[in-house]
Amino acid sequence: MHMADALLSPVVGGTLWAGTLGAIAYAAKKLKEKMDERMIPLMGVLGAFIFAAQMINFTIPGTGSSGHIGGGMLLAILLGPYAAFLVIASVLIIQALFFADGGLLALGANIWNLGIYPCFIAYPLIYRALVKQNALSRRITLASVLGVVIGLQLGAFSVVLETKLSGITELPFDTFVILMLPTHLAIGLIEGFITAGIVNYVRTLRPDIVENVEAVKVLSSGGSLKKIVVVMAILAVLAGGAFSWFASTYPDGLEWSIEKIYGKPEIPERSNVIAEILLEIQKKTAILPDYSFPAGSKGDREPSWPAIDPGTSLSGLFGGIMVLGLVVIFGIGIKVLRRFRHRT
Amino acid sequence: MSHHIVELKDVYFRYPDGTEALKGISFKVFHGESVGIAGANGTGKTTLLMNLSGHLLPTKGEVSIGDMPLSKKTRQEVRKKVGFVFQRPDDQLFMPTVYEDVAFGPINLGLTPEKVDERVRSTLEIVGCLHLINRPPHRISEGQKSAVAIATVMAMNPDILVMDEPASNLDPKSRRQLINLLKEFKHTKIIATHDLDLILDVCERCIVIKDGMIMADGPAEEILLKEVLLEENNLELPLSRQNVAYKGLNLKATKAFPGKG
Amino acid sequence: MTFDTEYFNAGYLDSLSYKDTFVHRLDPRTKILVSFIFILFVVSFPKYELSGLMPFFIYPVFLLTAGDIPLRAIAKKVLFISPFAIFIGIFNPLLDTNVMLTPFGVPVTGGWISFLSIIVKFILTVSTALLLIAVTSFPGICEALARMKLPRILVIQLLFLYRYLFVLMEEALRMLRAREARSFKKRGKEIKTFIRLISVLLLRTVERAERIYQAMLSRGFRGEIRVLKRHKLRLQDILFVIFSVTIFYIFRNFNIVSFIGETLSRSIR
Repeated sequence: MHMADALLSPVVGGTLWAGTLGAIAYAAKKLKEKMDERMIPLMGVLGAFIFAAQMINFTIPGTGSSGHIGGGMLLAILLGPYAAFLVIASVLIIQALFFADGGLLALGANIWNLGIYPCFIAYPLIYRALVKQNALSRRITLASVLGVVIGLQLGAFSVVLETKLSGITELPFDTFVILMLPTHLAIGLIEGFITAGIVNYVRTLRPDIVENVEAVKVLSSGGSLKKIVVVMAILAVLAGGAFSWFASTYPDGLEWSIEKIYGKPEIPERSNVIAEILLEIQKKTAILPDYSFPAGSKGDREPSWPAIDPGTSLSGLFGGIMVLGLVVIFGIGIKVLRRFRHRT
Repeated sequence: MSHHIVELKDVYFRYPDGTEALKGISFKVFHGESVGIAGANGTGKTTLLMNLSGHLLPTKGEVSIGDMPLSKKTRQEVRKKVGFVFQRPDDQLFMPTVYEDVAFGPINLGLTPEKVDERVRSTLEIVGCLHLINRPPHRISEGQKSAVAIATVMAMNPDILVMDEPASNLDPKSRRQLINLLKEFKHTKIIATHDLDLILDVCERCIVIKDGMIMADGPAEEILLKEVLLEENNLELPLSRQNVAYKGLNLKATKAFPGKG
Repeated sequence: MTFDTEYFNAGYLDSLSYKDTFVHRLDPRTKILVSFIFILFVVSFPKYELSGLMPFFIYPVFLLTAGDIPLRAIAKKVLFISPFAIFIGIFNPLLDTNVMLTPFGVPVTGGWISFLSIIVKFILTVSTALLLIAVTSFPGICEALARMKLPRILVIQLLFLYRYLFVLMEEALRMLRAREARSFKKRGKEIKTFIRLISVLLLRTVERAERIYQAMLSRGFRGEIRVLKRHKLRLQDILFVIFSVTIFYIFRNFNIVSFIGETLSRSIR
């Protein structure tokens, strides 16, 4: 599932963008070292292929509704992790622009959620670990299903975390988890089978496409240390995210721990002072406000700043409508101006 | 005395899956000649073209372009001398704009940006597509794509122009424009097609291929009128030579290629 | 949207991007930067903010009108995707029931306000993303990304994807139509048929890639592709950035809405 801009806070969105850009730079570097120039047109058309494939639907057995594939694991099997990650990124970029899937800020999160887990975790650690050269089709099916499911679960969980950390929606953590994870489990099972079906079929006609020897080599040469580092980094991000979420939604818990550490009951006040100082700094810098305390539904935690009336007064509401009207007039004005210019 | 520019000596080619596509092909093409390679589908026309342009290396026999024999080492050089226009223009136009597609070859040849620009514009002018210079390839018509594809190849100033089914996706008007264009090129031309009327219009010489072997080689006018020969090779008489009454239809299609004024 | 409509919509946005207006002529880097900053400002509003978001409509409205983009195209697409935002946002009014204000005696809960806030943010961000591509050609965006130091291999990838996007979609469209013609109700759309279809498409795609590679070789390809740089930053680009960001800053930090509301209600009295 794609994240949307409207559900993200600037910090969460920005952090994930930073992570994604780092991953892109890393994948580009690794790819440059090992790449065969044939890959250039291949990556391009496979990206277009994913689009085309996503637009063909099938009926989900038992439900009668239609679904479509994501394709991350399939790409990883065909191209190896680095190229696949870049292709996934390119597909998502075009989706964000042409199809408004997600948004420009959420794009960073989406590339992370839909690219990192299949390419750098599910593929190397699960699929490749199980499938070597000339594997049996049953093994490919197993590896594919396992890999896709885990990749999607990680991605879905990340979406929940990111939404929660952003604090825009009231959707409770557990409800969201219950909504996302089981459905993505089902989706993962189906896509896993489909991916395996495609790989097994294509293997009979063009084995050279799917026995990605290059990828096997890349991952086994000095790869184990790098793999561990990558996994640790990702776990760190997840853990850090979970911790800060915990800290922010249960600030009393945080204050309680501070009290325990410092042994003084005044510490809660000091943290308030810190909060005030932070708010002051935020006021001055003004571009990325409002996020050290992603609000829960406790209204008073709102650092509603800088005193913007959340429309609680009549003039606020009235003004809002007026402003919209002004904007529309502005737009019409421009249109008239253009037509005038074009006539002269 | 005409100097030959393409020579094939007893060329065989077998695909990795075992298919024998060419079985002992020999012929010479002379400077400035235009040769049509006629054959039904699957007879080896494309394979032949790929072999004489350096895209495939013969499994047996010799190919020479000019004085250069084709080998692994000389492949790149051969590809520069032989301009190959592929069957599907979509495969040949892979850059974001027409300009960049036509410029691709000259840039790789190492020309300066000014020379590249000059080459691009003059080539597009020749094929009548200068007005499309900044368009993306997916926004031009099939006929225009064919013309631009030719431009991308011509921009490298090849000695020989090799074309694979140039008119197969074109509507009648575009096809006519293409034929007129080809008639004006003074390059050595080798055109593989099952469009026999095109060969009649554009080529002086015709080679008939069947099952990877040459069945006939001679003046196009002669060969393409031999009904029996053609039918033996899974072809038939060119439409324009068939005994059909064209009552009242104006068969003259000599409209100049658009863009040429 | 069915495949057909998605395909034509994307193609339509793409064709709009080649128009020639002031907005289209701005350097792509400018538009990307301003749009991104715009989105940051918009999502930085706290969850109960509603009226403060209104002035921000000026940016998408500007792009739409000055860029000569038909409103319908954008509105249709925004509407089409809105169910997702509504689905997530609807939990807000269900769970947050503190009444926050009572205009004309009607109690409105915080949940509804934050829900509307989500919707407005959604409209602002989605329309801006669509308008960005509608007023900037995709190769222009790629050139901008390359100059902003995105790795070249990704930029080349984007250009190739874009080039063959419509080609592949057309191929898939043909396969879909063939399937339609031969399937009745649900039969024919089973997973097994799907796997076959996709596998065939995949094989054809790989073969196409090989042909393209041959075409590249035939024109001297040796591993490097150049990205053409056709845009230059001009005064209007710099002014546009400064002006826009200043306006966004003012809208975000000063209560324009209350000000206008009060002024107008005062002048009415």
